[in-house]
Amino acid sequence: MTEKSEKSDSSAKSDMPEMSEFGDRPVVDTSRVPEVPVRLVDDFTPELIDVGAHHLCPGCGEPIAMRLIMEVLAEQELKHRALAVFGIGCYTAFSNNLDCEVLQALHGRAPSLATGAKRANPNLLTITVQGDGDMVNEGLQEVLHAAARGEQITCVLLNNGVFGETGGHMTATTTVGQRTKNTLEGRNTDDHGYPIRIASLIAELEGAAFVARGSVTNAGNVARTKRMVERAIEVQLLGTGFSFVEILTMCPTGWFVETEDAPAYLDDTIGVANFAGVLRDSAPATSVE
Amino acid sequence: MTELTAGLATGTPRLMEGSEAIAEAMVVAGCRFFAGYPMTPFTEILESMAEKLPPVGGVCMNAESELEAIGMAWGAASTGTRTATGSTGQGLALMQESLAELSLARLPMLVINMARSQGDYFQATRGGHGDSRRIVLAPMDVAEAVEFTQLGFHLADLYRNPVVLYGDYYIAHTYQSVIVERLEFGPLPAKDWALDGSTGGTGAAKLISPLGDYKQRDDVGYDLADYYARVEVDLSAMETDFAPLVETGFVDDAEVVVVAFGTPGKFVRYCVQELRAEGVKVGFVRPISLYPFPTEALQDATRAVRGVAVYENCAGQMIDDVRLAVLGRVPVEFIGGLTMDSSAFGIGPDLQVPILKQRIVDACRRAGCDLGEVPQ
Repeated sequence: MTEKSEKSDSSAKSDMPEMSEFGDRPVVDTSRVPEVPVRLVDDFTPELIDVGAHHLCPGCGEPIAMRLIMEVLAEQELKHRALAVFGIGCYTAFSNNLDCEVLQALHGRAPSLATGAKRANPNLLTITVQGDGDMVNEGLQEVLHAAARGEQITCVLLNNGVFGETGGHMTATTTVGQRTKNTLEGRNTDDHGYPIRIASLIAELEGAAFVARGSVTNAGNVARTKRMVERAIEVQLLGTGFSFVEILTMCPTGWFVETEDAPAYLDDTIGVANFAGVLRDSAPATSVE
Repeated sequence: MTELTAGLATGTPRLMEGSEAIAEAMVVAGCRFFAGYPMTPFTEILESMAEKLPPVGGVCMNAESELEAIGMAWGAASTGTRTATGSTGQGLALMQESLAELSLARLPMLVINMARSQGDYFQATRGGHGDSRRIVLAPMDVAEAVEFTQLGFHLADLYRNPVVLYGDYYIAHTYQSVIVERLEFGPLPAKDWALDGSTGGTGAAKLISPLGDYKQRDDVGYDLADYYARVEVDLSAMETDFAPLVETGFVDDAEVVVVAFGTPGKFVRYCVQELRAEGVKVGFVRPISLYPFPTEALQDATRAVRGVAVYENCAGQMIDDVRLAVLGRVPVEFIGGLTMDSSAFGIGPDLQVPILKQRIVDACRRAGCDLGEVPQ
């Protein structure tokens, strides 16, 4: 109650936006109806995403990754045969926000569900979306076995090195030295061992036809990563084996860094430990590209 | 009550091992996807499915573990394909999370529990987190297994929920002359929920999720409280609609009723028949659906008895459901026991007619029956 009255008092003091203690960026006054209503300038929501607004944190990299995946499905005219299989993490918020068919998996189990769906209906273009906690911690054997079997599916890893949904806890991909809620002094190798570079592991498997690692820290990286997803899906359509794209994504909330600092933090930490690029491409080239 | 048709099939009988007969029954029922991980006494079903499915255009997956076996089955079931998986009790333990959540994802599937002994009763009838429930069918021999395998697929499709078939080492490995042909159990709703990608881009793309089928475009976020309540309504409707399956015998004037299920249920039935011929007023109740449990049939059968004896090939689990059914009106005594074979597969020497008969007679004496000139 006290808090509420204090807020209305402070808003009464000035009509002008207050300056933030973090700099000269204005703080938007939300205690009254704005004089000029917010106006939609343009709708940049991709075709296969139903609702543009999402509840993920500001600065999160996962919506960017989801966007580029859905753009690829729409641009390649695959929307009438695509099946997206979701793991459990923050990105699960998109599993009921897509205009492509979705099968929701339990934590860690997306590759086995995708395997069953694809084998039962080979016409499906099947793509899984998992985070690092989901894929590399909870269900590590699933992606390795799917890759080794040469399963005709595309697995996408959204890797931010933390369990974002629980609030920033260590995963198997947390880099050495990285602070998380259960490695407060930073991940040290004596206590917590070393991270698993899952894309590099998968690239060693004969069943994997295409393995790449990209990121979404800037427009150039987004464009490069989108080409990786395009190629991964092309490989699935060629039917030459398993395809895998790891996408490094920002998690300022889980990293405890300022939103605007997150891309640089990624480039300097996870990005250094996990170089971007195509790690394996044994599928034949096609006329596309 | 669902009409049982075992023994009424008209085709040519063939001598088959139980595991192969179950596999054959799955194939004739239209099962086209199977995933498993070898484990005794489930292994031979996996072997048979690996042999039988490819020639009919089906898929049999050798999963890396039971977790992935049920995961693969989950994916296949979502495409509308008749799907099954299975294991023994330990493997089913690994599948419990998925098994429980399949009720929430509303996906039909037959899950075969080729149990070691009967100690998987609790897990089969109560396993899994949350409020999920599923029908559990327990055949007593290969012929019933062939029928209930097919009935299981039907009930799974009817209620959009997994069904568990509770078999055992005997059913898996006994050769029996059986007729395996397609059985019809009535019409089923269309699988209009099945995924094939085709609704993508239409503005009404399908979603199958244990978190519910709400779409954000409908101005709804995930509302688990609302969705769980919806599923609960459907599961309760299933329990109301499905009449529990049970076989009873000699209960009208019985002084003691013996309760047993599965293969031991068949042994107990035989022992009771022999004891009746010897003049002992004993009857039997054989629960066939372990869930929902045939509570009413058991109440009817035990209304005028001196006591109830329960035989299980374990430390005693179903006895809890028997006690709940009779609600303290008469004493309930356990006459079963742990399997005594070193393998723990449930093939111990306790499952022998003379031993069983003696235990039943002893139970009758303790219940105060006048056994007259019965030799034991």
